[in-house]
Amino acid sequence: MPSSPSLDGEDARSPGALTANRGMPPTQEALARLAASMVPPPPPAWKRALSRISRLWLLAVFVIAWQLISMYGQRVNPQLDVMMPPPTAVISAAADLIARGVLLTHILDSLKRVLLAVGAAAVLGVPLGLAMGWSKRFRAAVDPLLEFIRPIPPLAWIPLSILWFGIGDVQIVYIIFLAAFFPVVLNSLAGARDVDTYLVRAGLSLGARPRELFLTVVLPAALPHIFTGIRIGLGIGWMALVAGELVAAPSGLGYMINNARTLFRSDYILLGMVLIGALGLVLDYLMRQAARFAMPWHRQ
Amino acid sequence: MIQVDVANVSKVHVSMKGEPLLALLDVDFRVEENEFFSIVGPSGCGKTTLLNLLAGFEQPTRGELKVGGKVITEPGWERAVVFQEYALFPWYTVAQNVRYGLQRKRVPEPEQRRLVDHYIGLVGLRGFESRYPRELSGGMRQRVSIARALAVNPSILLMDEPFASLDVQTREYMQDELLKIWQREPKTVIFITHSIDEAIKLSDRIAILAPRPGRVEEIKTVDFPRPRDPTDPAVVHLAAEVKLWLRRKVFENRRSEEPAAGRQEAAH
Ligand SMILES: Nc1ncnc2c1ncn2[C@@H]1O[C@H](COP(=O)(O)OP(=O)(O)OP(=O)(O)O)[C@@H](O)[C@H]1O
Ligand SMILES: [Mg+2]
Repeated sequence: MPSSPSLDGEDARSPGALTANRGMPPTQEALARLAASMVPPPPPAWKRALSRISRLWLLAVFVIAWQLISMYGQRVNPQLDVMMPPPTAVISAAADLIARGVLLTHILDSLKRVLLAVGAAAVLGVPLGLAMGWSKRFRAAVDPLLEFIRPIPPLAWIPLSILWFGIGDVQIVYIIFLAAFFPVVLNSLAGARDVDTYLVRAGLSLGARPRELFLTVVLPAALPHIFTGIRIGLGIGWMALVAGELVAAPSGLGYMINNARTLFRSDYILLGMVLIGALGLVLDYLMRQAARFAMPWHRQ
Repeated sequence: MIQVDVANVSKVHVSMKGEPLLALLDVDFRVEENEFFSIVGPSGCGKTTLLNLLAGFEQPTRGELKVGGKVITEPGWERAVVFQEYALFPWYTVAQNVRYGLQRKRVPEPEQRRLVDHYIGLVGLRGFESRYPRELSGGMRQRVSIARALAVNPSILLMDEPFASLDVQTREYMQDELLKIWQREPKTVIFITHSIDEAIKLSDRIAILAPRPGRVEEIKTVDFPRPRDPTDPAVVHLAAEVKLWLRRKVFENRRSEEPAAGRQEAAH
């Protein structure tokens, strides 16, 4: 086996075999090198990129099918031009709106609202949920109130919130916040409540005071749930954004969609939908990366 | 001097379906300061339950447990626990796990580092300091959990089958190390095990628990000098005696449970 990895490359008398090195135990570094040499090297960056892109084949099929149906369908039914513009029309709509300098504003306004609202939901919802999971008595007190408000759809809050905050960012952020808040609270609660009893006991028997126990045991144990809650909150937040902006907003992707409807510009409508989907995807990806970074011990 | 006083302790567990179960009945014994005290008994006889009471994780239904004359009300590092399920923190590395109790004790930083290194070396895990528990084998996890408990230098060490997942050679090595530590840094050890031979090798006294309800059937004193030779006729004799007794208990238990099980099935 001439090409097999060698433990001690310097020593020509014992090439390649661990057992050939009689008497002298191999050093830790030599073993580490051997282990490293046995792991196949990671594929080059371009190969990884290619394999990642090739995973999107179903999406590509979907877009191409959409294009073909829109193009050739028009011969059968001319109304299809308005009912379902092809992807190329959506792209030119985007170019059009970028040229007029409005698209980026819509995107940024919506993004800002969602991030503000979900951020507020996390800042308030995570501690509330953890506290509810931590203390039975607190949970017993808060739970009825929370479960009473939770089933009320964010849409039902729109009229009242307009009376409270007027038309504008605050009102929209409030609607998104309401939507994102509950999944954050409920997941954080589940995380704090399901901490393994024996881990809490281990902490206590090693001398952890309540505050330390919370920071070193309950919080890390709940972290995966907290991230899940924020991710769900983000997804629901996007849904609420469009609802909020449809009714009363001076800007944003929801506003853009609604405005395009009155102008019969279905290409703008589709563009708005596509952008919301894409932004949701990107934000979720970023959240997953953040979770991986924050919890190196936790592999999905 | 008596350090641990278990006075007429009974414990009822209530199952998830709400059925009460008598896990311990009138358990009554005392452990001397710096004594090595083992508890043996068949699976499910209430050993872990007793340890949970000693650790202060749970309160007895009847009776009282005292340490140094004071009733046990809560856990604390002076009664460090080696858990049957290891109970390592998955989000901390091996070194961070071992260090956990030292940080809670506010041990000075350089001393922490020295102790962590010492105990990781003692349990043979040098080179694994920065691994997460999930990346270790069962026996390695068990050794981390032993190092974590030893590092805080408790006056009472509560160990729940601490060597159960180790191979024979590692187990014997760990037994010897535990004895050395116990002789060097005097502490009371309450040691749960399934292995009669292990109990006889290590202990000053052995409490034998009988199952359903869990109760102390007998306390044997082992007064052979250490290190003990497992082939010494006196040791062999004692081991045979305890094993025979336990086998009979387990057998009796099976027989007394069979008709009950039969009846339950018939009722379905
Ligand atoms: N939290 C609990 N709720 C209800 N019953 C319990 C609980 N913990 C233990 N028991 C019951 O108490 C009895 C004693 O359990 P325990 O864990 O103390 O046994 P053990 O002697 O440690 O057994 P093993 O050697 O298998 O670890 C068992 O019958 C078990 O079903
Ligand atoms: Mg047990």
